[in-house]
Amino acid sequence: MHPADNPLVSHPQKPGLYQVLKAIVRRAIQPLSESAVALLPIVLVIGFFQLVVLQQPIPNFGRMLWGLFLVLMGLALFMRGLQMALFPIGEEMAYNFVKKGNLWWLLVFAFTLGFGTTVAEPALIAVSEEAARVAAAGQIIDSSPEARSSYAIGLRLTVALAVGVALLIGVFRILKGWPVQYLIIAGYFGVVVMTFFAPPEIVGIAYDSGGVTTSTVTVPLVAALGIGLANTIRGRDPLIDGFGLIAFASLTPMIFVMAYGMII
Amino acid sequence: MNEVVSFGYTLLAMLRDVLPIAAILFGFQHLVLRRPIQRPARVAVGMVFVLLGLALFLQGLEMTLFPIGRLMAEQLTAPGFIFDEATALTQPHHWLEYFWVYVFAAAIGFSTAIAEPALLAVAIKANQVSGGTITVRGLRYAVAVGVALGVSLGAFRIVTGTPLHWYIISAYVVVIIQTSMAPKLIIPLAYDSGGVSTSTVTVPLVAALGLGLAETIPGRSPILDGFGMIAFACLFPIMAVMAYAQLVEWKAQRTARNRKD
Repeated sequence: MHPADNPLVSHPQKPGLYQVLKAIVRRAIQPLSESAVALLPIVLVIGFFQLVVLQQPIPNFGRMLWGLFLVLMGLALFMRGLQMALFPIGEEMAYNFVKKGNLWWLLVFAFTLGFGTTVAEPALIAVSEEAARVAAAGQIIDSSPEARSSYAIGLRLTVALAVGVALLIGVFRILKGWPVQYLIIAGYFGVVVMTFFAPPEIVGIAYDSGGVTTSTVTVPLVAALGIGLANTIRGRDPLIDGFGLIAFASLTPMIFVMAYGMII
Repeated sequence: MNEVVSFGYTLLAMLRDVLPIAAILFGFQHLVLRRPIQRPARVAVGMVFVLLGLALFLQGLEMTLFPIGRLMAEQLTAPGFIFDEATALTQPHHWLEYFWVYVFAAAIGFSTAIAEPALLAVAIKANQVSGGTITVRGLRYAVAVGVALGVSLGAFRIVTGTPLHWYIISAYVVVIIQTSMAPKLIIPLAYDSGGVSTSTVTVPLVAALGLGLAETIPGRSPILDGFGMIAFACLFPIMAVMAYAQLVEWKAQRTARNRKD
């Protein structure tokens, strides 16, 4: 018997098409089933309200199924991409910064990452345009398009600055090993104090701006960065010290936006 | 054909979203750290997966759930559905008449949070870091319950027209009290879960609900009252995750005590 024909000897250098396909399917099944579980509730909720409460038919059923298939594939691909790119890159950069030993650069990186990823965020652009309309209606600013556009851009820069500062503080906290709750609670006091001084029209927008700043691409990267730092620096626990960066990024924009509302 | 074009736009928008991030990462990696990235081909393929995945995800949602969900938010808050005749709108109504709005708010909050990719990412990471103690599903369900409560309460606030900041300040007080009592290990993760619960899936539907409500209810302005839903959806998961951890700890202590007896 020729060794190549022996089924008991594995030939890793020459996997057949069947084996390759099998490996791909096996790797795809877990994220696919995970994303199916993630999507099930929203499909049920929309279906229930459409059919039972509002008593209307589902429009264009075939198109609906095709769209759901796209959503399913998209979420599964995203999950594979997380494990292949965003997580390893965040952790690797954290490791490299600590090994390099120059912590100033790490802080510069943290600020740049926060500022750079937020300033172009589509959700933020939408919210700041909405805010400009509110400000014009409340006669805080002129209702001309120029005044509104400069207000919106100012707001966007303010929020981006806030997120940059948040990541800067957050990374500094990991380096120092401070407990996250003291800083967050201090931030809450900041928000409450600002609420009483800021113009009432801006308060709702300021509160909401905290939630829209962290995009789906930034979150995994920032989480991996924090955990990478906590893993690399001696004496830090990844669970206690590694998390918390995103919390800062959703807190500082509230304070900064209210300050912006007071200055303008 | 139309779909291909709109998918192209979605992909371009994603690209515009990801490019600054890639530029920052690449710039620091090469100019400051001066180290090659480990397994660059795998990372590149992974980035393409993230990009393509999010574009498909958003495109699919735009085709299916977003339009119907937004329409639903409008229909459920329309005067004709809540009251029998539209003329009833001239005087304020009892908040209980908006029953289906609260149910819808809670259901949509829960289900969109479960589908949120950013939350999934953080849950996967928390699961890895905790060595499996924190399960991917457990954390997401806790967050989703929090979002459901938050969005529902947000709807109640718009209906009653009570000031937003009193709710937020009370919520802060609850968070601070819980922080002093919850297991130390969960606190940073709980705080983080507030920020990730509102993203690509939650914001469009929840914001539509808030604006729809503020437009329908007499005496509310969409400008002053339409905002604030996202803030609720951000704060309540923090409480829910800490409460979940407290519950798990309390249960473990009780079993330990029972075993001793």
